[in-house]
Amino acid sequence: MYNEIVMDHFQNPRNIGEMTEPSGVGEVGNMKCGDIMKIFIKVEDGVIEDINFLTFGCGAAIASSSVLTEMVKGKTLEEALAITNKQVADELGGLPEAKMHCSNLAADALHKAIEDYRQKQTA
Amino acid sequence: MKRIYMDHGATTPMREEVLEAMLPYLKEIHGNPSSFHSFGREARKGMDEAREKVARALGASSPEEIYFTSSGTESDNLAVKGIARALSSRGNHIITSSIEHHAVLDTVKHLGEEGFEVTFLPVDEYGMVDPKDLEAALTDRTILASIMMANNEVGTIQPVEEMARICHEKEVYFHTDAVQAIGHLPVNLEKQPFDLLSLSAHKFYGPKGIGALYVRKGTKIKQILFGGGQERKLRPSTENIPAIVGLGRAIELAVENIPEKSAALTALRDRLFKGLQEEIEDIRVNGHPTQRLPGNVNISVAYVEGESILLSLDLKGIAISSGSACTSGALDPSHVLMAMGLDHQTAHGSLRFSLGKENSEEEVDYVIESLKEIVERLRKMSSVYKK
Repeated sequence: MYNEIVMDHFQNPRNIGEMTEPSGVGEVGNMKCGDIMKIFIKVEDGVIEDINFLTFGCGAAIASSSVLTEMVKGKTLEEALAITNKQVADELGGLPEAKMHCSNLAADALHKAIEDYRQKQTA
Repeated sequence: MKRIYMDHGATTPMREEVLEAMLPYLKEIHGNPSSFHSFGREARKGMDEAREKVARALGASSPEEIYFTSSGTESDNLAVKGIARALSSRGNHIITSSIEHHAVLDTVKHLGEEGFEVTFLPVDEYGMVDPKDLEAALTDRTILASIMMANNEVGTIQPVEEMARICHEKEVYFHTDAVQAIGHLPVNLEKQPFDLLSLSAHKFYGPKGIGALYVRKGTKIKQILFGGGQERKLRPSTENIPAIVGLGRAIELAVENIPEKSAALTALRDRLFKGLQEEIEDIRVNGHPTQRLPGNVNISVAYVEGESILLSLDLKGIAISSGSACTSGALDPSHVLMAMGLDHQTAHGSLRFSLGKENSEEEVDYVIESLKEIVERLRKMSSVYKK
Protein backbone atom coordinates (compact mmCIF):
# COMPACT_ATOMS: atom_id res chain seq x y z
CA MET A 1 0.00 0.00 0.00
CA TYR A 2 3.00 2.34 0.52
CA ASN A 3 5.63 3.15 -2.11
CA GLU A 4 9.38 2.59 -1.71
CA ILE A 5 10.18 6.13 -0.57
CA VAL A 6 7.58 5.93 2.20
CA MET A 7 8.85 2.50 3.25
CA ASP A 8 12.44 3.78 3.29
CA HIS A 9 11.49 6.64 5.63
CA PHE A 10 9.40 4.30 7.75
CA GLN A 11 12.23 1.80 8.13
CA ASN A 12 15.04 4.34 8.41
CA PRO A 13 13.47 7.45 9.85
CA ARG A 14 15.74 10.52 9.83
CA ASN A 15 16.23 12.83 12.81
CA ILE A 16 14.24 11.05 15.48
CA GLY A 17 14.35 11.87 19.17
CA GLU A 18 13.69 14.62 21.63
CA MET A 19 15.86 17.75 21.26
CA THR A 20 17.63 19.29 24.24
CA GLU A 21 16.93 23.01 24.45
CA PRO A 22 14.89 23.43 21.25
CA SER A 23 14.11 26.93 19.97
CA GLY A 24 10.52 25.85 19.31
CA VAL A 25 8.25 22.82 19.66
CA GLY A 26 5.06 22.06 17.74
CA GLU A 27 2.58 19.26 18.36
CA VAL A 28 -0.43 18.31 16.25
CA GLY A 29 -2.91 15.46 15.97
CA ASN A 30 -5.08 13.72 18.50
CA MET A 31 -5.46 10.29 19.97
CA LYS A 32 -8.94 9.84 18.52
CA CYS A 33 -7.44 9.59 15.03
CA GLY A 34 -4.35 7.84 16.30
CA ASP A 35 -1.67 10.24 15.09
CA ILE A 36 0.35 12.62 17.27
CA MET A 37 3.39 14.40 15.84
CA LYS A 38 5.88 16.50 17.70
CA ILE A 39 8.48 18.62 15.88
CA PHE A 40 11.49 20.25 17.59
CA ILE A 41 13.48 22.99 15.84
CA LYS A 42 16.73 24.79 16.56
CA VAL A 43 16.80 28.23 14.94
CA GLU A 44 19.88 30.38 14.41
CA ASP A 45 19.82 33.71 12.50
CA GLY A 46 16.40 32.96 11.05
CA VAL A 47 17.51 29.57 9.72
CA ILE A 48 16.41 26.13 10.91
CA GLU A 49 19.77 24.62 11.83
CA ASP A 50 18.41 21.41 13.30
CA ILE A 51 15.10 19.59 13.43
CA ASN A 52 13.91 16.42 15.17
CA PHE A 53 10.62 14.61 15.47
CA LEU A 54 8.70 12.15 17.63
CA THR A 55 5.58 10.53 16.20
CA PHE A 56 2.89 8.18 17.49
CA GLY A 57 1.10 6.97 14.41
CA CYS A 58 0.88 4.82 11.33
CA GLY A 59 3.49 4.30 8.63
CA ALA A 60 2.39 7.43 6.74
CA ALA A 61 2.60 9.57 9.87
CA ILE A 62 6.14 8.39 10.64
CA ALA A 63 7.35 8.71 7.04
CA SER A 64 5.88 12.20 6.55
CA SER A 65 7.51 13.42 9.79
CA SER A 66 10.83 11.96 8.69
CA VAL A 67 10.81 13.39 5.17
CA LEU A 68 9.76 16.80 6.49
CA THR A 69 12.87 17.01 8.66
CA GLU A 70 14.99 16.48 5.54
CA MET A 71 13.05 19.09 3.57
CA VAL A 72 13.38 21.73 6.27
CA LYS A 73 16.94 21.53 7.54
CA GLY A 74 18.89 24.64 6.47
CA LYS A 75 15.77 26.52 5.29
CA THR A 76 14.85 30.01 6.50
CA LEU A 77 11.73 30.34 8.66
CA GLU A 78 9.88 31.96 5.74
CA GLU A 79 10.80 29.11 3.43
CA ALA A 80 9.76 26.58 6.08
CA LEU A 81 6.42 28.28 6.63
CA ALA A 82 5.66 27.97 2.90
CA ILE A 83 5.91 24.15 3.05
CA THR A 84 2.49 22.48 2.90
CA ASN A 85 1.26 19.03 3.88
CA LYS A 86 0.66 18.40 0.19
CA GLN A 87 4.33 19.12 -0.61
CA VAL A 88 5.39 16.69 2.11
CA ALA A 89 3.22 13.98 0.55
CA ASP A 90 4.64 14.80 -2.91
CA GLU A 91 8.19 14.54 -1.58
CA LEU A 92 7.26 11.00 -0.48
CA GLY A 93 6.08 10.21 -4.00
CA GLY A 94 2.46 10.27 -2.82
CA LEU A 95 0.43 8.72 0.01
CA PRO A 96 -2.70 6.56 -0.11
CA GLU A 97 -5.82 8.73 -0.34
CA ALA A 98 -7.12 7.60 3.06
CA LYS A 99 -3.93 8.87 4.70
CA MET A 100 -3.93 12.34 3.18
CA HIS A 101 -6.19 13.99 5.72
CA CYS A 102 -5.41 12.11 8.94
CA SER A 103 -1.74 11.18 8.89
CA ASN A 104 -0.21 13.87 6.71
CA LEU A 105 0.20 16.59 9.34
CA ALA A 106 3.96 17.12 9.53
CA ALA A 107 3.90 20.60 7.95
CA ASP A 108 1.23 21.68 10.45
CA ALA A 109 3.49 20.53 13.30
CA LEU A 110 6.42 22.44 11.81
CA HIS A 111 4.36 25.62 11.49
CA LYS A 112 3.35 25.28 15.13
CA ALA A 113 6.99 24.88 16.14
CA ILE A 114 7.89 28.08 14.26
CA GLU A 115 4.97 29.87 15.91
CA ASP A 116 6.19 28.63 19.30
CA TYR A 117 9.70 29.91 18.53
CA ARG A 118 8.39 33.35 17.50
CA GLN A 119 6.25 33.65 20.62
CA LYS A 120 9.26 32.86 22.79
CA GLN A 121 11.25 35.55 20.91
CA THR A 122 8.65 38.23 21.57
CA ALA A 123 7.97 37.17 25.17
CA MET B 1 12.13 -14.99 3.53
CA LYS B 2 10.21 -17.43 5.71
CA ARG B 3 6.64 -16.24 6.11
CA ILE B 4 4.49 -16.80 9.19
CA TYR B 5 0.71 -16.62 8.93
CA MET B 6 -1.11 -15.76 12.16
CA ASP B 7 -4.24 -14.20 10.68
CA HIS B 8 -6.59 -17.20 10.61
CA GLY B 9 -9.42 -14.99 11.90
CA ALA B 10 -9.25 -13.19 8.54
CA THR B 11 -9.10 -16.36 6.48
CA THR B 12 -7.44 -19.78 6.45
CA PRO B 13 -5.49 -21.65 3.78
CA MET B 14 -7.60 -24.30 2.05
CA ARG B 15 -6.84 -27.90 2.98
CA GLU B 16 -5.55 -30.29 0.37
CA GLU B 17 -8.42 -32.73 1.07
CA VAL B 18 -10.91 -29.94 0.36
CA LEU B 19 -9.29 -29.11 -2.96
CA GLU B 20 -9.31 -32.82 -3.89
CA ALA B 21 -13.03 -33.02 -3.16
CA MET B 22 -13.73 -29.91 -5.25
CA LEU B 23 -11.65 -30.74 -8.33
CA PRO B 24 -14.14 -33.05 -10.11
CA TYR B 25 -16.78 -30.31 -9.78
CA LEU B 26 -14.42 -27.72 -11.26
CA LYS B 27 -13.63 -30.03 -14.18
CA GLU B 28 -15.92 -32.71 -15.55
CA ILE B 29 -19.02 -32.32 -13.36
CA HIS B 30 -20.35 -29.04 -14.67
CA GLY B 31 -24.13 -29.47 -14.67
CA ASN B 32 -26.70 -27.16 -13.13
CA PRO B 33 -28.31 -29.00 -10.19
CA SER B 34 -31.72 -27.64 -11.22
CA SER B 35 -31.49 -29.42 -14.59
CA PHE B 36 -33.50 -32.56 -15.23
CA HIS B 37 -30.80 -34.47 -17.18
CA SER B 38 -27.90 -36.63 -16.00
CA PHE B 39 -25.50 -33.65 -15.93
CA GLY B 40 -27.81 -31.86 -13.55
CA ARG B 41 -28.36 -34.96 -11.44
CA GLU B 42 -24.68 -35.60 -10.83
CA ALA B 43 -24.19 -31.98 -9.73
CA ARG B 44 -27.22 -32.25 -7.44
CA LYS B 45 -25.80 -35.43 -5.91
CA GLY B 46 -22.61 -33.56 -4.92
CA MET B 47 -24.69 -30.73 -3.46
CA ASP B 48 -27.01 -33.06 -1.55
CA GLU B 49 -24.08 -34.92 -0.03
CA ALA B 50 -22.48 -31.66 1.04
CA ARG B 51 -25.74 -30.51 2.64
CA GLU B 52 -25.90 -33.78 4.59
CA LYS B 53 -22.33 -33.28 5.78
CA VAL B 54 -23.08 -29.77 7.03
CA ALA B 55 -26.26 -30.96 8.77
CA ARG B 56 -24.37 -33.84 10.43
CA ALA B 57 -21.49 -31.57 11.52
CA LEU B 58 -23.93 -29.20 13.22
CA GLY B 59 -26.24 -31.84 14.66
CA ALA B 60 -29.15 -30.46 12.61
CA SER B 61 -32.22 -32.69 12.49
CA SER B 62 -32.42 -32.59 8.69
CA PRO B 63 -30.33 -31.44 5.69
CA GLU B 64 -33.34 -29.33 4.76
CA GLU B 65 -32.40 -26.97 7.55
CA ILE B 66 -29.19 -25.99 5.71
CA TYR B 67 -29.24 -23.20 3.12
CA PHE B 68 -26.14 -22.40 1.10
CA THR B 69 -25.21 -18.73 0.63
CA SER B 70 -22.21 -16.87 -0.76
CA SER B 71 -20.67 -15.93 2.59
CA GLY B 72 -21.00 -15.45 6.32
CA THR B 73 -22.07 -11.89 5.56
CA GLU B 74 -24.89 -13.04 3.32
CA SER B 75 -26.01 -15.61 5.90
CA ASP B 76 -26.16 -12.88 8.55
CA ASN B 77 -28.08 -10.55 6.22
CA LEU B 78 -30.53 -13.30 5.31
CA ALA B 79 -31.07 -14.29 8.94
CA VAL B 80 -31.69 -10.80 10.27
CA LYS B 81 -33.56 -9.30 7.33
CA GLY B 82 -35.38 -12.53 6.53
CA ILE B 83 -36.81 -12.77 10.05
CA ALA B 84 -37.61 -9.05 10.14
CA ARG B 85 -39.52 -9.34 6.84
CA ALA B 86 -41.40 -12.44 7.97
CA LEU B 87 -42.43 -11.15 11.39
CA SER B 88 -42.90 -7.41 10.88
CA SER B 89 -46.63 -7.76 11.47
CA ARG B 90 -45.98 -9.38 14.84
CA GLY B 91 -43.31 -7.02 16.16
CA ASN B 92 -40.67 -4.50 15.20
CA HIS B 93 -37.95 -4.84 17.84
CA ILE B 94 -34.57 -6.48 17.20
CA ILE B 95 -31.82 -7.03 19.77
CA THR B 96 -28.14 -7.49 19.04
CA SER B 97 -24.85 -6.70 20.75
CA SER B 98 -22.47 -3.81 20.28
CA ILE B 99 -19.60 -6.16 19.33
CA GLU B 100 -21.19 -8.04 16.44
CA HIS B 101 -19.50 -8.31 13.07
CA HIS B 102 -20.62 -5.49 10.77
CA ALA B 103 -22.59 -8.04 8.74
CA VAL B 104 -25.06 -8.18 11.63
CA LEU B 105 -24.47 -4.75 13.15
CA ASP B 106 -25.00 -2.78 9.95
CA THR B 107 -27.95 -4.93 8.84
CA VAL B 108 -29.66 -4.20 12.15
CA LYS B 109 -28.79 -0.49 11.84
CA HIS B 110 -30.24 -0.50 8.34
CA LEU B 111 -33.49 -1.99 9.67
CA GLY B 112 -33.41 0.71 12.33
CA GLU B 113 -33.39 3.32 9.56
CA GLU B 114 -36.41 1.57 8.04
CA GLY B 115 -38.32 2.01 11.26
CA PHE B 116 -37.51 -1.08 13.31
CA GLU B 117 -36.65 -0.51 16.95
CA VAL B 118 -33.18 -1.77 17.69
CA THR B 119 -31.27 -2.44 20.89
CA PHE B 120 -27.49 -2.83 21.01
CA LEU B 121 -26.54 -4.65 24.20
CA PRO B 122 -23.38 -3.46 25.95
CA VAL B 123 -20.46 -5.73 26.88
CA ASP B 124 -18.22 -5.83 29.93
CA GLU B 125 -14.47 -5.10 29.92
CA TYR B 126 -13.83 -8.63 28.59
CA GLY B 127 -16.22 -8.23 25.66
CA MET B 128 -18.92 -10.43 27.23
CA VAL B 129 -22.66 -9.84 26.82
CA ASP B 130 -24.66 -10.29 30.04
CA PRO B 131 -27.74 -12.51 29.50
CA LYS B 132 -29.54 -10.40 32.11
CA ASP B 133 -29.22 -7.38 29.82
CA LEU B 134 -30.81 -9.40 27.03
CA GLU B 135 -33.64 -10.49 29.31
CA ALA B 136 -34.26 -6.90 30.37
CA ALA B 137 -34.29 -5.68 26.77
CA LEU B 138 -36.99 -8.11 25.60
CA THR B 139 -40.40 -6.57 25.00
CA ASP B 140 -43.63 -7.99 23.62
CA ARG B 141 -42.61 -6.42 20.30
CA THR B 142 -39.25 -8.24 20.11
CA ILE B 143 -38.98 -10.66 17.20
CA LEU B 144 -35.28 -11.54 17.05
CA ALA B 145 -32.05 -11.47 19.02
CA SER B 146 -28.75 -11.98 17.23
CA ILE B 147 -25.62 -12.58 19.30
CA MET B 148 -22.37 -14.01 17.96
CA MET B 149 -21.01 -17.29 19.32
CA ALA B 150 -17.48 -15.96 19.60
CA ASN B 151 -16.11 -12.53 18.75
CA ASN B 152 -13.81 -12.22 15.75
CA GLU B 153 -11.49 -9.60 17.25
CA VAL B 154 -11.00 -10.52 20.88
CA GLY B 155 -12.25 -14.12 20.75
CA THR B 156 -14.65 -13.80 23.68
CA ILE B 157 -17.07 -16.75 23.77
CA GLN B 158 -20.60 -15.56 24.49
CA PRO B 159 -23.16 -17.37 26.68
CA VAL B 160 -25.33 -17.96 23.60
CA GLU B 161 -27.16 -21.07 24.83
CA GLU B 162 -28.42 -19.29 27.91
CA MET B 163 -29.45 -16.30 25.81
CA ALA B 164 -31.26 -18.52 23.31
CA ARG B 165 -33.26 -20.09 26.16
CA ILE B 166 -34.17 -16.66 27.53
CA CYS B 167 -35.45 -15.68 24.08
CA HIS B 168 -37.46 -18.86 23.69
CA GLU B 169 -39.31 -18.25 26.94
CA LYS B 170 -40.66 -15.12 25.27
CA GLU B 171 -41.09 -16.82 21.88
CA VAL B 172 -38.38 -14.69 20.32
CA TYR B 173 -36.12 -16.15 17.63
CA PHE B 174 -32.39 -16.43 18.37
CA HIS B 175 -29.72 -16.18 15.67
CA THR B 176 -26.03 -16.75 16.29
CA ASP B 177 -23.17 -15.79 13.99
CA ALA B 178 -20.87 -18.80 14.42
CA VAL B 179 -18.43 -17.78 11.69
CA GLN B 180 -15.40 -17.70 14.02
CA ALA B 181 -16.53 -20.64 16.14
CA ILE B 182 -16.92 -23.54 13.71
CA GLY B 183 -14.08 -26.02 14.14
CA HIS B 184 -13.08 -24.48 17.47
CA LEU B 185 -16.19 -24.83 19.62
CA PRO B 186 -18.44 -27.87 19.54
CA VAL B 187 -21.83 -27.17 17.94
CA ASN B 188 -24.74 -29.53 18.41
CA LEU B 189 -28.09 -28.13 17.38
CA GLU B 190 -29.93 -31.09 18.86
CA LYS B 191 -29.03 -29.63 22.25
CA GLN B 192 -28.31 -26.00 21.49
CA PRO B 193 -31.59 -24.18 20.93
CA PHE B 194 -30.55 -21.77 18.17
CA ASP B 195 -33.13 -20.98 15.51
CA LEU B 196 -30.59 -19.69 13.03
CA LEU B 197 -26.82 -20.03 12.71
CA SER B 198 -24.39 -18.50 10.19
CA LEU B 199 -21.12 -20.04 9.05
CA SER B 200 -18.47 -19.42 6.40
CA ALA B 201 -16.21 -22.08 4.85
CA HIS B 202 -13.01 -20.07 4.46
CA LYS B 203 -12.70 -19.63 8.21
CA PHE B 204 -12.21 -23.38 8.66
CA TYR B 205 -9.85 -24.29 5.81
CA GLY B 206 -12.56 -24.35 3.15
CA PRO B 207 -12.96 -22.24 0.00
CA LYS B 208 -13.85 -18.55 -0.04
CA GLY B 209 -17.18 -17.32 -1.34
CA ILE B 210 -19.37 -19.96 0.27
CA GLY B 211 -21.36 -19.89 3.48
CA ALA B 212 -24.44 -21.46 4.94
CA LEU B 213 -27.37 -20.49 7.09
CA TYR B 214 -28.97 -23.03 9.38
CA VAL B 215 -32.71 -22.39 9.81
CA ARG B 216 -34.51 -24.60 12.30
CA LYS B 217 -37.54 -26.34 10.82
CA GLY B 218 -40.69 -24.27 11.30
CA THR B 219 -38.88 -20.93 11.62
CA LYS B 220 -40.70 -18.17 9.76
CA ILE B 221 -38.28 -16.47 7.40
CA LYS B 222 -38.59 -14.65 4.07
CA GLN B 223 -36.23 -14.47 1.14
CA ILE B 224 -34.23 -11.28 0.55
CA LEU B 225 -33.09 -12.17 -2.99
CA PHE B 226 -35.59 -12.85 -5.76
CA GLY B 227 -35.15 -15.13 -8.72
CA GLY B 228 -35.39 -18.88 -9.24
CA GLY B 229 -36.50 -21.55 -6.83
CA GLN B 230 -33.12 -22.65 -5.52
CA GLU B 231 -32.57 -23.44 -1.83
CA ARG B 232 -36.30 -24.00 -1.50
CA LYS B 233 -36.86 -20.41 -2.67
CA LEU B 234 -35.09 -18.91 0.35
CA ARG B 235 -31.92 -18.16 -1.56
CA PRO B 236 -32.35 -18.06 -5.33
CA SER B 237 -29.14 -18.22 -7.44
CA THR B 238 -27.56 -21.05 -9.38
CA GLU B 239 -25.62 -22.94 -6.74
CA ASN B 240 -21.82 -22.72 -6.58
CA ILE B 241 -21.38 -26.48 -6.67
CA PRO B 242 -17.55 -26.74 -6.36
CA ALA B 243 -17.59 -24.39 -3.36
CA ILE B 244 -20.57 -26.18 -1.78
CA VAL B 245 -18.73 -29.50 -2.10
CA GLY B 246 -15.64 -27.84 -0.58
CA LEU B 247 -17.70 -26.50 2.32
CA GLY B 248 -19.09 -29.98 2.97
CA ARG B 249 -15.65 -31.57 3.07
CA ALA B 250 -14.15 -28.71 5.12
CA ILE B 251 -16.79 -28.81 7.85
CA GLU B 252 -16.56 -32.60 8.05
CA LEU B 253 -12.84 -32.23 8.80
CA ALA B 254 -13.29 -29.15 11.00
CA VAL B 255 -15.52 -30.89 13.54
CA GLU B 256 -13.24 -33.94 13.91
CA ASN B 257 -11.35 -34.10 17.20
CA ILE B 258 -12.27 -30.61 18.36
CA PRO B 259 -11.12 -31.19 21.97
CA GLU B 260 -7.61 -32.31 20.87
CA LYS B 261 -7.21 -29.56 18.27
CA SER B 262 -8.52 -26.97 20.68
CA ALA B 263 -6.11 -28.06 23.43
CA ALA B 264 -3.13 -27.83 21.05
CA LEU B 265 -4.11 -24.35 19.84
CA THR B 266 -4.81 -23.16 23.39
CA ALA B 267 -1.32 -24.25 24.45
CA LEU B 268 0.20 -22.34 21.54
CA ARG B 269 -1.97 -19.32 22.31
CA ASP B 270 -0.95 -19.29 25.96
CA ARG B 271 2.73 -19.61 25.01
CA LEU B 272 2.33 -16.50 22.86
CA PHE B 273 0.49 -14.58 25.60
CA LYS B 274 3.05 -15.54 28.23
CA GLY B 275 6.04 -14.74 26.03
CA LEU B 276 4.68 -11.35 25.02
CA GLN B 277 3.90 -10.40 28.61
CA GLU B 278 7.33 -11.49 29.80
CA GLU B 279 9.30 -9.82 27.02
CA ILE B 280 7.45 -6.56 26.42
CA GLU B 281 6.57 -3.96 29.04
CA ASP B 282 3.24 -2.18 29.14
CA ILE B 283 1.07 -4.51 27.16
CA ARG B 284 -2.54 -5.27 27.96
CA VAL B 285 -4.52 -8.41 27.22
CA ASN B 286 -7.81 -7.65 25.44
CA GLY B 287 -10.67 -10.09 25.84
CA HIS B 288 -11.52 -12.75 28.37
CA PRO B 289 -8.71 -14.64 30.15
CA THR B 290 -10.34 -18.07 29.69
CA GLN B 291 -13.63 -17.76 27.78
CA ARG B 292 -11.89 -17.12 24.48
CA LEU B 293 -11.30 -18.87 21.17
CA PRO B 294 -8.34 -21.26 21.34
CA GLY B 295 -6.30 -19.48 18.65
CA ASN B 296 -7.06 -15.86 19.58
CA VAL B 297 -4.46 -13.54 21.09
CA ASN B 298 -5.39 -9.87 21.31
CA ILE B 299 -3.13 -7.35 23.05
CA SER B 300 -2.63 -3.61 23.14
CA VAL B 301 0.89 -2.27 23.06
CA ALA B 302 1.10 1.05 24.86
CA TYR B 303 2.72 4.11 23.19
CA VAL B 304 2.72 2.73 19.62
CA GLU B 305 0.13 2.59 16.88
CA GLY B 306 -1.05 -0.72 15.44
CA GLU B 307 -0.50 -0.12 11.75
CA SER B 308 3.16 0.77 12.26
CA ILE B 309 3.61 -2.53 14.11
CA LEU B 310 1.75 -4.47 11.41
CA LEU B 311 3.91 -2.91 8.73
CA SER B 312 7.09 -3.76 10.64
CA LEU B 313 5.98 -7.35 11.25
CA ASP B 314 5.03 -7.70 7.58
CA LEU B 315 8.58 -6.70 6.63
CA LYS B 316 9.70 -9.71 8.69
CA GLY B 317 7.18 -11.94 6.95
CA ILE B 318 4.74 -12.08 9.86
CA ALA B 319 1.03 -11.62 9.08
CA ILE B 320 -1.37 -10.47 11.82
CA SER B 321 -4.08 -7.79 12.08
CA SER B 322 -4.95 -4.78 14.22
CA GLY B 323 -7.94 -2.90 15.59
CA SER B 324 -6.30 0.40 14.71
CA ALA B 325 -8.36 2.78 12.55
CA CYS B 326 -5.56 2.89 9.99
CA THR B 327 -5.81 -0.78 9.15
CA SER B 328 -9.55 -0.89 8.62
CA GLY B 329 -9.91 2.09 6.31
CA ALA B 330 -12.17 3.63 8.93
CA LEU B 331 -11.53 6.78 10.93
CA ASP B 332 -12.25 5.22 14.29
CA PRO B 333 -10.56 2.27 15.92
CA SER B 334 -12.34 -1.07 16.40
CA HIS B 335 -15.95 -0.79 17.59
CA VAL B 336 -15.39 -3.95 19.63
CA LEU B 337 -12.51 -2.52 21.65
CA MET B 338 -14.32 0.78 22.12
CA ALA B 339 -17.45 -1.07 23.35
CA MET B 340 -15.21 -2.84 25.88
CA GLY B 341 -14.29 0.58 27.25
CA LEU B 342 -10.73 0.89 25.93
CA ASP B 343 -9.40 4.40 25.40
CA HIS B 344 -8.37 5.48 21.92
CA GLN B 345 -4.64 5.01 22.40
CA THR B 346 -5.09 1.47 23.70
CA ALA B 347 -7.43 0.61 20.84
CA HIS B 348 -5.08 2.10 18.23
CA GLY B 349 -2.26 -0.01 19.64
CA SER B 350 -4.18 -3.29 19.48
CA LEU B 351 -2.92 -6.38 17.69
CA ARG B 352 -4.73 -9.61 16.88
CA PHE B 353 -2.83 -12.83 16.34
CA SER B 354 -5.13 -15.65 15.24
CA LEU B 355 -3.33 -18.96 15.29
CA GLY B 356 -4.07 -21.99 13.16
CA LYS B 357 -3.14 -25.61 12.84
CA GLU B 358 0.03 -25.01 10.82
CA ASN B 359 1.62 -22.66 13.39
CA SER B 360 4.43 -24.04 15.58
CA GLU B 361 6.12 -23.19 18.88
CA GLU B 362 9.17 -22.03 16.91
CA GLU B 363 7.01 -19.60 14.99
CA VAL B 364 5.46 -18.30 18.20
CA ASP B 365 8.92 -17.74 19.68
CA TYR B 366 10.11 -15.94 16.55
CA VAL B 367 7.07 -13.68 16.63
CA ILE B 368 7.68 -12.77 20.28
CA GLU B 369 11.32 -11.95 19.57
CA SER B 370 10.45 -9.92 16.46
CA LEU B 371 7.69 -7.96 18.14
CA LYS B 372 9.96 -7.10 21.04
CA GLU B 373 12.53 -5.51 18.68
CA ILE B 374 9.85 -3.67 16.71
CA VAL B 375 8.15 -2.23 19.78
CA GLU B 376 11.49 -0.99 21.15
CA ARG B 377 12.25 0.70 17.85
CA LEU B 378 8.84 2.34 17.50
CA ARG B 379 8.72 3.48 21.11
CA LYS B 380 12.01 5.33 20.58
CA MET B 381 10.30 7.53 18.02
CA SER B 382 6.93 7.77 19.78
CA SER B 383 5.65 11.18 20.86
CA VAL B 384 3.71 9.66 23.76
CA TYR B 385 6.33 7.28 25.21
CA LYS B 386 7.12 8.50 28.69
CA LYS B 387 10.19 6.46 29.67
